Amino acid sequence: MSAVVKRFPLRLDTKGARVDMTHGSGGRAMAQLIEELFLKHFDNELLRQGNDQAAFDVSAGRMVMSVDGHVISPLFFPGGDIGSLAVHGTLNDVAMSGARPLYLSAGFILEEGFPLADLDRIVASMGRAASEAGVPVVTGDTKVVEKGKGDGVFITTTGIGVVPGGVNISGDRAKPGDKIIVSGSIGDHGVAIMSSRENLEFETTIESDSAALHKLVEKMVAAVPDIHCLRDPTRGGLATTLNELAMQSSVGMRLIESDIPVKAAVSSACELLGLDPLYVANEGKLICICSAQDAERLLPVMQADPFGAESKIIGEVVEDEHHFVQMETLFGGSRVVDWLSGEQLPRIC
Amino acid sequence: MKYVDEFRQHKLAKQLATAIRQEANPNRQYHLMEFCGGHTHAIFRYGVQDLMPDNVKFVHGPGCPVCVLPIGRIDEAIHLVEAHDVILCTYGDLLRVPASSRKSLIKVKAVGGDVRMVYSTQDALKIARENPDREVVFFAIGFETTTPPSAVALQQAKAEDLKNFSVFCNHVLTPAAIQNILESPEVRELGSVSIHGFFGPSHVSSIIGSRPYEFFAEEFQRPVVIAGFEPLDVMQSTLMLIRQLNEGRYEVENEYTRVVSRDGNRKAQQLVAEIFELRRSFEWRGLGLVPYSALKIKKAYEALDAEKRFTIPVSQAEDVKGCECPAILRGAKRPTDCKLFGTVCTPENPMGSCMVSSEGACAAYWSYGRFRQPVQQSA
Repeated sequence: MSAVVKRFPLRLDTKGARVDMTHGSGGRAMAQLIEELFLKHFDNELLRQGNDQAAFDVSAGRMVMSVDGHVISPLFFPGGDIGSLAVHGTLNDVAMSGARPLYLSAGFILEEGFPLADLDRIVASMGRAASEAGVPVVTGDTKVVEKGKGDGVFITTTGIGVVPGGVNISGDRAKPGDKIIVSGSIGDHGVAIMSSRENLEFETTIESDSAALHKLVEKMVAAVPDIHCLRDPTRGGLATTLNELAMQSSVGMRLIESDIPVKAAVSSACELLGLDPLYVANEGKLICICSAQDAERLLPVMQADPFGAESKIIGEVVEDEHHFVQMETLFGGSRVVDWLSGEQLPRIC
Repeated sequence: MKYVDEFRQHKLAKQLATAIRQEANPNRQYHLMEFCGGHTHAIFRYGVQDLMPDNVKFVHGPGCPVCVLPIGRIDEAIHLVEAHDVILCTYGDLLRVPASSRKSLIKVKAVGGDVRMVYSTQDALKIARENPDREVVFFAIGFETTTPPSAVALQQAKAEDLKNFSVFCNHVLTPAAIQNILESPEVRELGSVSIHGFFGPSHVSSIIGSRPYEFFAEEFQRPVVIAGFEPLDVMQSTLMLIRQLNEGRYEVENEYTRVVSRDGNRKAQQLVAEIFELRRSFEWRGLGLVPYSALKIKKAYEALDAEKRFTIPVSQAEDVKGCECPAILRGAKRPTDCKLFGTVCTPENPMGSCMVSSEGACAAYWSYGRFRQPVQQSA
C-alpha cells in the first residue's frame, strides 16, 4: 500500500462501485483506493508516510514473527468478519509465544467485481480490531485477480512482537504431570461459521469467539513466566491442537470430557450436524500447559480477564510412547481423541 | 443438552453395566452384532465395550451405507462427472471413498470435476434449479432412512418438470442384508462366526417398523432388539438381548420405543413404494450379490433415473488386494485382523471403505480404540 498522497477530483464510490483491474494496476485508481479506503481505516503515522515499507526502531531481546492467510467463507458471520478475523488470528499467533505484538502488515487479494461497499466494511472492521488491540497495520499490499480467480477477498496478515525476558514458551515443552488449561468454551467459531454457510443455514444464537488474546497472555506471563506451551486451537479444534502438542513434546495427554466447556447451543448444533465439538474451530480461545503448581496460580488470573472468564483445567500431560491424546468420556469409558482426518463431514444417517 | 444428555448419563451407565454383569452367564459367550454404523460409532465414542464383561462382545455389521457400496458404483459416478460433465451432488462421506485407478470423487473434484457436497436432497434440487443448462445428478445412497427424502426429491422434480435433474439410485435394504449374513456359510454351516443376537437398526426401523425382523428372528432363532443410537440405548439393548438368550427366547423386542413402532411410518413407506421398486439383485461390498436387497426407480419416474438417462459402463472393479473390508463387513474379521489396518490404510489414506466413513468399523477402531492394540510402526 505505497500511499501516494494526492487529491482526487471524484471521491471513491464505496456505495455502488466494484473492484476492477485498475485497482491493482499501480496507477491512480489504486492510489485512490489506498488513500480513501485503506488509509482511512488503518490510519497511523507509519502508514501515512507512504513508503513501500514501514521503518521503526527495534528493542533488544527476542522478536517473533507470524503470518496467517485468511480465506474464510462466508466473509461476514455472526460475531465477526474476515477483516477482524485477519487481525485477531495473527495477533494470537504472535501472542502464543508469550510476546507482546507490535506491528501488523496486511496483504489483500481482491477479486474483480467485488463490491467496494463490502471491502469498505471489511477494512473498517480490520481497522477497529487493530485499534482496539493497540497494534497498528503499518504496511500493506493490494492485488486484483480476474473474476472467477478468487473468492471475493483473501487477506494475509503478518505480525511481529517482542517476547519478555525469561519467557520460553514452545510446543515441545509439555512434561508429564503438567496441567492442561483451556480459556473458555470450545467450538463457538466453527458453529457460527457453519450456521451462516449458504447451503447450511440454521438459526443459532452462537457468535464467533473471534478475539485478540494478547492482553490475556500478557497477564498470564506476568503471573507465571514459566508457562510451557500456549496455542490457539483454531482449525482442527482442541483435539487437533492437543495432538500437535503431544507429538511435539513426545508425551501423551489425558482429558476429562466432563471438564471441557462446551456451550449447550454448540453441542446441539454439533449433534444435529454429526460433528464433534472437539474438532470445531475456535478463534478466541487458547490452550495453556504448565506445571500443576503454576496452574493453580494461573487459573484465577485467567478467570479475571474477560477473555478467560471460563478458563478450566481439562486434563493433564502423561507419559505415553504413542503420544496419544485420550479422554475419559462422560460415560465413564475411555477413548482416543485422534487427529482430525480430512474435513469433518456430516454423517448420512 | 435436553433430550441428549439424558441418554448419556454416567450413573445410569454404571447401573446398567452392573445389571449386565449380573445377568450374563459366565459360562457362555454373547456375540451381539450391531448392524448399524451408528451403533458402532456410539460403542467406540463412549467406550461402551470397557463397561462390558469379557464374554459380551460386539460384532460390527455391514450397516454403514458408504462401506457396503461396491467400488464399481463410485466408478460409475465418476464416469458421470468425467464423461457426461454433470454436476454430481453427494453426501460428504462418499467424497473420499477410494474408487478404481486410485481415483475418488474428491480427487476428481480437485482436477475440475463438478462434484458438490450437499446436506440434503433439497440442496441438490436447488442446484438443479440454479443451473438449468447443466445436468445435475444426485448420488442417492443409504438404507431405508434416507430413501424417503430421495422419493420426495423425485416427486418434486417431476411436479416442477425439472428436466436437468436425475437421481443415481443406490438405496439398499436392511432386512435382506441381515438375512444374507445369517444365511452365509460362515454363520450357518461352518460356525466360524458366531452371532447370537442382533441390535436392530434404529432410524431404519423408524421407517420400516419392527415387523420386518420378525421373520428372521423366528427363522434363524436369533433375538433382535431394536436399539437407539445413544450409548445408554446400546447398553439397555445389550441387557435385553442377554435376557432373551438366557431365557431361550428369540423375539423382536423394541428398546427404541420413543421413535419406533411395530408398523413404522406408513406414509413414508407408501411414498417409497410409489416411486421405487425392488432390484432383482444388487452387489454389496462384503456380501456380494444379494437378491432383492436394493431399490431402483420405477418406470413412471424413469425420466429422472440417471441410469436410464446416461450410458454408464458397468464397472467390475475389485477391492484393493489385502483389504479385509468384505470380511469385516460380514463380521467374520475384526479391523485389526487386516494387514493393511494402520499400516498403509489410515483415515488420511484409506484403502477400503470401512476406513472412510466415521461409521465404518476400521475408522472407529482407528480413531477411538487403537490404544488397546498399539499399532506396529510400518517400516
